[in-house]
Amino acid sequence: MGTLIETRDLSKVYERGKQKVEVLHHINLDIAEGDFLALMGPSGSGKTTLLNLIGGLDTPTGGSITVAGQRLDQLSGGTLAKWRAAHVGFVFQFYNLMPMLTAQRNVELPLLLTKLSAAQRRKNASIALQLVGLADRATHKPSELSGGQQQRVAIARAIVSDPTLLVCDEPTGDLDRQSAEEVLGLLRLLNREHGKTIMMVTHDPKAAEYANHTLHLDKGTLVEQAMA
Amino acid sequence: MKYLHLIWAALFRRKARTILTLVSIIAAFLLFGMLDAVRTSFNQAGQSANGAQRLQTGSKLSFIQTLPQSLEAQIAQVPGVKMVTYANWFGGAYQDPHNQVFSFAVEPNYIDLYPEIEVSPAERKAFDDTRTGVLVGEKLAQRFNWKVGDKIPLQSTIFPNREGSKNWTFDIVGIMHSKDKKAGGFYDQLLLLHWKYFDETTPFNRGTVGWYVTRVTDVNQADRVAKAIDAISANSDHETRTQTEQAATANWMKQLADIGLIVGSIMGAVFFTLLLLSGNTMMQAVRERTSELAVLKTIGFSNHSVLAMVLAESVLLLLLGGCIGLGLATLIIPTISAGSGGMLNLGAVSGSSWLLGIVLMVLIGLLVGALPALRAMHLNIVDALAGR
Repeated sequence: MGTLIETRDLSKVYERGKQKVEVLHHINLDIAEGDFLALMGPSGSGKTTLLNLIGGLDTPTGGSITVAGQRLDQLSGGTLAKWRAAHVGFVFQFYNLMPMLTAQRNVELPLLLTKLSAAQRRKNASIALQLVGLADRATHKPSELSGGQQQRVAIARAIVSDPTLLVCDEPTGDLDRQSAEEVLGLLRLLNREHGKTIMMVTHDPKAAEYANHTLHLDKGTLVEQAMA
Repeated sequence: MKYLHLIWAALFRRKARTILTLVSIIAAFLLFGMLDAVRTSFNQAGQSANGAQRLQTGSKLSFIQTLPQSLEAQIAQVPGVKMVTYANWFGGAYQDPHNQVFSFAVEPNYIDLYPEIEVSPAERKAFDDTRTGVLVGEKLAQRFNWKVGDKIPLQSTIFPNREGSKNWTFDIVGIMHSKDKKAGGFYDQLLLLHWKYFDETTPFNRGTVGWYVTRVTDVNQADRVAKAIDAISANSDHETRTQTEQAATANWMKQLADIGLIVGSIMGAVFFTLLLLSGNTMMQAVRERTSELAVLKTIGFSNHSVLAMVLAESVLLLLLGGCIGLGLATLIIPTISAGSGGMLNLGAVSGSSWLLGIVLMVLIGLLVGALPALRAMHLNIVDALAGR
């Protein structure tokens, strides 16, 4: 497998008032296509910042970041938005579903940015919901679903446009153990059966066990690289 | 269009708040529809094909100043004048001073200058032959349950009779029908009495009339005829001002009240309040949805898409409430007109009122949505997802 993600001297500095806070220091990282990587570290170590940079949600203040051959640090806001729509699926700790839409409509959201017909969008969303085992909950709104189910809808939304990369920020952080294991099992399935490259930030060592690799960050620096 | 369900769902995310805002928008546009109908009715007063052939001559000083009756013969001599008549305001009220009746003391040929008023030949003859006879409009007769043969007391708010009393008695000899029902509201409410009887009975303004009405032979000569009529009384103590019926009606109404200004001022205040109210609603709605908007941007919605969606939501809110409000006005106005027994002859909400209303809805929607939409557009994804 080739390298999907490559960062060189990647740095990020935030300005908080007059103070400058360097969150990431010269990160050099290569992640292979089809990998499942867990990113661990204490709060404030820069995990989410690194994830945001790789997912194209934020831009670095130094260094380069290349995903699937595309230099993200050189893209403008509008181009980056299009790139995200085509290449990345996002899963958040608190699901971030639209409360007023049904599960089906939530999953269809990324497809609104494509040229697919309404019928094709419905069909693809149904397939994604089937894949996460929630075909029978398609017409339910998030408030009518359990936390685990909501997170599975969020995963369906993340994969519906068949992205290259899934970035997951604490996907089990708000779930009980059983729901967490279901979600992690689903992520492993997507990695192994569907070849999705997954990058997951977690505090939970048990969650990290589902990944192929674990990276540790501390104070914005990569500390060690462990093989699962 | 594919975002419509998303915009609709966002709009009704907080049902109670949206419905309350909608109610205010509905009320504002209901008021707009009704006031615009009033304004249109006033603007259209005097506008008719027959009206274009008629000139009105009144005192140059004020419409309450009278003119000598002897002018009639001189006006009739002006080239281009086909027919001339005169009338005087009577100011009648029936039973209660609040029951005002549009009542004019007229020369018998007055009806001949108004072909839009229909009176049966027998009733017309009865009017000509009866000194105390009156012709009453169809709606007016219905309003007070009057019928031909009734003897009715009318109280003039201005003119006493020769005994010094303001109570007058008349005999209803005929009913007037408007040929053009749409424009005929005024004639259906009218009461005509004999000027001669009026002039001989009241000690006020003997031998004078309120205004002259002239029918011209050629509409295109109306301006020249008007100038010729005014030239008769130039430099006298009763200088005249002759205008088309439409202009005279507009001037007369302007002396009562500047309806356009009143309607404009009320609507300005209403729409300004609406702007603040719905603006506040939209600001709150967008602030509450910060993380959801951030998720949309995360997924790949561009800044401009988010801007357009918030603006569309705001415009949709205004269009929804506004169209319901104007629709209600369209339904209610004929009911009010009918319920007033013809006293209020409001026109239906016109196509131009709908067009103006829709333009206002879109404009207010864009104004109201501009600030929250810009805020949503400039939302930083990372900060918004982190709840900062």
